[in-house]
Amino acid sequence: MTIQLTAYIEGIGILGPGLTNWPSTLEILTGEQPYLSLKTVIPTPELLPAAERRRASDIVKLTLATSLEAIAAAGLEAASLPSVFSFSNGDGLNCHTICEMLASDDRQISPTRFHNSVHNAAAGYWSIATGAMASSSVLCAFDASFGAGLLDAMTQVVVEGSRCILMASDTPYPEPMFSLRSIPDNLGIALVLAPQQNPQTIAQIKVSITHDDACKFQDAALESLRIAIPVARGLPLLQAIAQQKNRRVVLDYLDNTRLAIEVSPC
Amino acid sequence: MKPLLLSHFTATSCLGRGLQQTLDALRHGRQALKPCDFETVNLPTFIGEVEGVDDVKMAAGMADYNCRNNRLAQLGLEQDGFADAVNTAAERYGRERVGVFLGTSTSGILETELAFRERDPVTGALPAGLNYSKTQNTYSVTDFTRQYFALSGPAVVVSSACSSSAKVFSVARRMIEAGLIDAAVVGGVDTLCLTTLYGFASLGLLSTQACRPCDVERDGISIGEAAAFALLERPSANDNTRAVLLLGIGESSDAYHMSSPHPEGLGARIAMQEALHSAGLAPTDIDYINLHGTATPSNDAAEAKGVTAVFGHDILCSSTKGATGHTLGAAGAVETVICALALQHGFIPGGLNTHEVDPLLELNYQLENRSQALARVMSNSFGFGGTNCSLIFGLAQVGQQPDGESNQ
Repeated sequence: MTIQLTAYIEGIGILGPGLTNWPSTLEILTGEQPYLSLKTVIPTPELLPAAERRRASDIVKLTLATSLEAIAAAGLEAASLPSVFSFSNGDGLNCHTICEMLASDDRQISPTRFHNSVHNAAAGYWSIATGAMASSSVLCAFDASFGAGLLDAMTQVVVEGSRCILMASDTPYPEPMFSLRSIPDNLGIALVLAPQQNPQTIAQIKVSITHDDACKFQDAALESLRIAIPVARGLPLLQAIAQQKNRRVVLDYLDNTRLAIEVSPC
Repeated sequence: MKPLLLSHFTATSCLGRGLQQTLDALRHGRQALKPCDFETVNLPTFIGEVEGVDDVKMAAGMADYNCRNNRLAQLGLEQDGFADAVNTAAERYGRERVGVFLGTSTSGILETELAFRERDPVTGALPAGLNYSKTQNTYSVTDFTRQYFALSGPAVVVSSACSSSAKVFSVARRMIEAGLIDAAVVGGVDTLCLTTLYGFASLGLLSTQACRPCDVERDGISIGEAAAFALLERPSANDNTRAVLLLGIGESSDAYHMSSPHPEGLGARIAMQEALHSAGLAPTDIDYINLHGTATPSNDAAEAKGVTAVFGHDILCSSTKGATGHTLGAAGAVETVICALALQHGFIPGGLNTHEVDPLLELNYQLENRSQALARVMSNSFGFGGTNCSLIFGLAQVGQQPDGESNQ
């Protein structure tokens, strides 16, 4: 028997190359507007206290931007929301700088560099910014990170019967690590998931594990984005939501284990 | 929550390989922390190093995963018949019905730290042969373990600093309860590297001695390394009465500061209360708390405020980090195994290295090993970013006599 997990999407946030927010991304994913890959511009996180704002790295600011868009769209307060964070790596530039310093004659990395190096740095800053004291999962599954985050968030909604916000973000490494892990730009997606349908519900999703092939984009530029940045493996789900019709999409997850998602507009 | 069975478990740390060596070291109060001689590190601190990690030969087909973290993972998996138990579970349930959820903070970053020394002086390129995805990437240890057992179920790494391998129980429990899997390999693996040694030094949080949790003169942590695992399954009526169950999980976020705990221990308190709530237990049902007890002045003070707010001042507690060092992303799993040993063998490990308990903490901190039947115990794990997790474990059937020394 195939287990299917059901949740309702109440808010979406997105920021990435050529994708500035959910309303404009929706028009691109439905084909109303062409996709043009422009460098991601991350806004200053006004919600953070001044000291934390100065110290925040790109992955923190990116995650704050997408999550706040999703939470505002859902008409919720972040403070009581359980959270799932999923990143295919921590902040790339910060990791590079630490490795460079540790290979030098002066290994005295700064305290800020060090605490920004933990994989859950964005989760820590996020909870400080929003005052959220609820539980958080901070995950990594390399290229499967979006799927892993979505699956964990779905189990949170189904088992705990609570809302949950999924925040999946990726940032690039500079050279020389870029040559080993070629993520071209910043991209983040945030989804607010709920256990029941509410007035603000956008779509119902039913997630199960499958071995079917993953959905690809017909648009070459979108398909190359889907492949280039791990979190973009979630874009076919967003396209199905944008199209406002009943669709079944398959997202890449681990090897030949994938996620089948039945999407119904609400 | 519905209890889950820890059908098998194992730990490898500076205390030794597997359960027997771990238990013996705890029973004899063996000091395994030593002055730091790791790699080229020049810091006046102590470490808990696992002997022989570099001698581990990666299993057939797993050479691409070769790094200190995955060598230690393999060494840990091969103790106490744990690997056999996972394979048996995989055959019983199906390889797609067994998940892998492991915690780590630094994964195989050591490989990349060393590779940066070998960069091409002209192009800046890293040396050929550095395998990013299978060593440095945070997911590497779960990927390794999943491939080692040829499992195909859900898998992920939890990386929330020092709460990582406590929180894996939460992820696994939701997956089992949602019906996606029937069993889960959970645990944590973290290894010595320059990032954590120099990073904690930059924060002034490294002890200059073998760390002394809750001591009046505590001055910071001793970084250790470890691999600890448990196989989680649904309990059955046939379980041994001395089998260990996961009874409760509580999680919270401080929402306070990136590298300092909430001074009143608010997040810690919420995590402990949530764990009791999820287990349907009262504070008086808990016989012992294995503290996070890192030996930094601020952690132990904040945790003590949280503990006493929930449990009062009499509850028996200790930290085992004086024995193991702070194994960071593996600490939750190591201390889970120590709690399981304490339950099965009816003993409370005294806090090693602590001479005079800080009276300001107002804790009933145990300095000596103590023989006592235990029914339910709590393990605390907290981390940078204000991430907190408390777990409650208990015997499948309370009121039984502890195992004798000869049984394990």
